[in-house]
Amino acid sequence: MSPTVVNLIYLIAGILFILGIKGLTKPSTAVRGNQLSSLGMLIAIVVTLLNAEVVNFTYIIAGGVFGAAVGAFMALRIQMTSMPQMVALLNGFGGGASLTIALAEYFSVLNVDANSFAELLVPVALSSDAFGAGGEGQVTLISIGLTILIGAVTLVGSLVAFAKLQGLSKKNIGLPGGPAGNALLLLGAVIALGCLVISPNQAVTVITLVALALLLGLFLVLPIGGADMPVVIALLNSYSGLAAALAGFILGNTVLIIAGSLVGTSGLILTKIMCVAMNRSLGNVLFGKMAAAGEKIDADEIYAGKVTSAQPDEVAMMLEVAKRVVIVPGYGMAMAQAQHAVRELADSMESRGIEVEYGIHPVAGRMPGHMNVLLAEAEVPYDKLVEMDRINPTFEDTDVVIVIGANDVTNPMAREAEGSPIYGMPILNVDKARNVVVIKRSLSPGFAGLPNPLFAMDHTLMVYGDGKKAVVEMTTALNQI
Amino acid sequence: MDILILLLALFVLSLFLGVELIVKVPPTLHTPLMSGTNAVSGITLVGALLAAGSDTSPMLVNVLGFLAVTFATINVVGGYLVTNRMLSMFKRK
Repeated sequence: MSPTVVNLIYLIAGILFILGIKGLTKPSTAVRGNQLSSLGMLIAIVVTLLNAEVVNFTYIIAGGVFGAAVGAFMALRIQMTSMPQMVALLNGFGGGASLTIALAEYFSVLNVDANSFAELLVPVALSSDAFGAGGEGQVTLISIGLTILIGAVTLVGSLVAFAKLQGLSKKNIGLPGGPAGNALLLLGAVIALGCLVISPNQAVTVITLVALALLLGLFLVLPIGGADMPVVIALLNSYSGLAAALAGFILGNTVLIIAGSLVGTSGLILTKIMCVAMNRSLGNVLFGKMAAAGEKIDADEIYAGKVTSAQPDEVAMMLEVAKRVVIVPGYGMAMAQAQHAVRELADSMESRGIEVEYGIHPVAGRMPGHMNVLLAEAEVPYDKLVEMDRINPTFEDTDVVIVIGANDVTNPMAREAEGSPIYGMPILNVDKARNVVVIKRSLSPGFAGLPNPLFAMDHTLMVYGDGKKAVVEMTTALNQI
Repeated sequence: MDILILLLALFVLSLFLGVELIVKVPPTLHTPLMSGTNAVSGITLVGALLAAGSDTSPMLVNVLGFLAVTFATINVVGGYLVTNRMLSMFKRK
């Protein structure tokens, strides 16, 4: 097939990716969009396999069969509560693919048949235009270096994010010197990249670059806590796309550039949305801790003698006379696998003519849209899931709000307590409702480490215990009334 | 250099197109958006196939190509399947 035809078909694939993402702008067209996108992928792969340069199919079949099996197994078996882990892994593999492509491209130009690692490090004789004549060669080398840097950071950073989300790594440790240590690693990597461009015949530059980039990925994500993971995952998503686009510059491949930049912007926009929803800058999430409170707030002072607790059947009596109820889910609902129980409670209320909606904060859960997927799995219609800006004005006309497994995103201190670390963060104004029911294991603070004055308000009832069990008991009690 | 300028133009225009498209995706679909874009970034498979299928390169290049094919295929197959699984759960009443 002539290169012109191949490139035209790549263009069609690129258009199908664009139409695919366009489909995702509405739930009703989303499934079709995803199919169009996968069709684009299929024709891009087929046309590449017909390329005359592809002659040895041993490695292709081995990698393709193994990769397809792993991918299909993960996709079909993963629980919806673990979706952040899945996306973290996919980000990492995307980075890994770009990293290995850049390395393969570099070593195919070097063309040494090394039998040992030491042999690989021996400088080789290379014509000055091996990577392209003049400036073109330098651009190719810079692209190779940047792809390696971003790809390796994405690979390791995502694996660390996966370990944190899975609960394998609970410690938030960083390099001594924190951001300064990371800056040193980055500086070292940039110097290695510079050496690569100046003397591309020495493989040691590339290997140093890989090592430093892997370390940088490790120490960038290790210090970041669980509740900041939505930002980290979105950012790594962006990196994986950027690495793919850069790989496109190495190969001179248009469809890689189109697809990579779409993914890159998608991740970047999600990162920004998450940061705005937490009222924090990206730098603060990556390198800072939550700002220390001006004065230590004494939780006992806020809670002492003011917290009212209730049993599920008391809540059921309150729900029975309600006209409008809003359910506010958080990461705790995912932890307790309570989404199906919540849907059943909502069904029971709706059968009594009570209006039920869900208030979703942008950073509820561990990744953008996490709560929406969980509730969709429990067959909650998506038009019942209402964004923060649209649900907030309705709380004053709401009889009961049920908060399940959410904390910081309902803390009125974000609105009122100037000087508090979360001051200015947009929250769900659940305290404006006539009654608030909070289902929670204890009065322990959320990620921000702050007491929540909502729990001590006169119109708030605390239901202690496992989220799923409490909701099931409410449903049973409501059905018996 | 001329080709490079064209590629750069394509890159920058795609970034702008990306912004216009992505801001229209509603928050309720943000998780499928992430897994769907993971699948799209598996387009690196195209580059991986060229590296893994070359007959004239040293063994090291083929092995790196094999790794790249594996990573990218996981993204393509896993990404599209899981996105489809999620999206088919989103229903209106």
